[in-house]
Amino acid sequence: MMAAIIIFVSLALLFGLLLGYAAIRFKVEGNPVAEQIDKVLPQTQCGQCGFPGCKPYAEALSKEETEVNLCIPGGNEVMILISEITGLEPKEMDEKVTENKPKETAYINEDVCIGCVLCIKECPVDAILGATKLMHTVIQAECTGCEKCVPVCPVDCIEMLPAKVTVENWQWPEPALKPTDHTVEKNKIGAKK
Amino acid sequence: MQEYVLILISTVLVNNFVLVKFLGLCPFMGVSKKTDAALGMGLATTFVLTLSSVLSYIIYTYLLQPFGLEYLQTIAFILAIAAVVGFTEMAIHKTSPALYQVLGIYLPLITTNCAVLGVALLNVGEKNDFIESAVFGMGAAIGFTLVMVLFASLRERIDASDVPAPFKGAPIALITAGLMSMAFMGFGGMTH
Repeated sequence: MMAAIIIFVSLALLFGLLLGYAAIRFKVEGNPVAEQIDKVLPQTQCGQCGFPGCKPYAEALSKEETEVNLCIPGGNEVMILISEITGLEPKEMDEKVTENKPKETAYINEDVCIGCVLCIKECPVDAILGATKLMHTVIQAECTGCEKCVPVCPVDCIEMLPAKVTVENWQWPEPALKPTDHTVEKNKIGAKK
Repeated sequence: MQEYVLILISTVLVNNFVLVKFLGLCPFMGVSKKTDAALGMGLATTFVLTLSSVLSYIIYTYLLQPFGLEYLQTIAFILAIAAVVGFTEMAIHKTSPALYQVLGIYLPLITTNCAVLGVALLNVGEKNDFIESAVFGMGAAIGFTLVMVLFASLRERIDASDVPAPFKGAPIALITAGLMSMAFMGFGGMTH
């Protein structure tokens, strides 16, 4: 009786361990390449690439059905990472995004806002606060700077402004891509704006 | 060496598990609509059968017999089979997603493929040793794969031909299986 219990418990444990190991060893990611690309994408789900989110863009990239330079929030760095993962040729970003601008967030001019809620619907990260016919505002900490709310505003009251550097959000400057990179200069220009 | 060849011939042809012993009819009917799927199912079952017959031999000889627990063999074998099937499923999912899609629900159902348990129990009944068990399991699996592929090719051709309406689909498949079984009776008596 005891022998039977011990044998069966240890058998069950042994097989359980084997299957547990196999579950880790043979873990299936939907598509390894797409998964990898998805990780470097900024996950704003802004849709500026023309795909309905970061994951679909990553999947299209993994099948080499699209260009590497479509992620606007990600900018040059993400474009280079993507081309490294997929092995596709790196491509110039569009004019307006090549400049290495500092992180910008949306600001709503609250005097002009008519409370149309159009920008709220557009915001992919739910960073805009407000209700119909009431003034809206942007939760600065949540805004990813995807600029999707700017074109939809019927009264043009949304402005992209460089995020204020505070003690909380200050970070070491990112390492420059090239030694002669003019990131610093561009940052200065951006700050002046 | 000769006895292993005899075991192989016996399990593949003479005592074919599907057509002579009528074990494993579920996947035989279920996954035989397309030859690729049948071949994939056959290969997955081959892997499971060989491994599980060896594993059940080890469990029986080294764990159950010394303690006089032979009466628990069925549950012990099922446990081993389920573990091997689970392992195979994960391995196939990782290595061949296309095959995984094709096999679908029939892959976990290898667990309940009575041929797998049948082989384990027959191994014990015939007092096969380690290598004989492995050969027996592999032979049974090769026989299963062979019959699966033959039957699937037959069904593919039957699908294209003009079958009378009442016989379309499963009925003609069952009749075909019966005819195949009768054909395999021709091997009867070659070995025991």
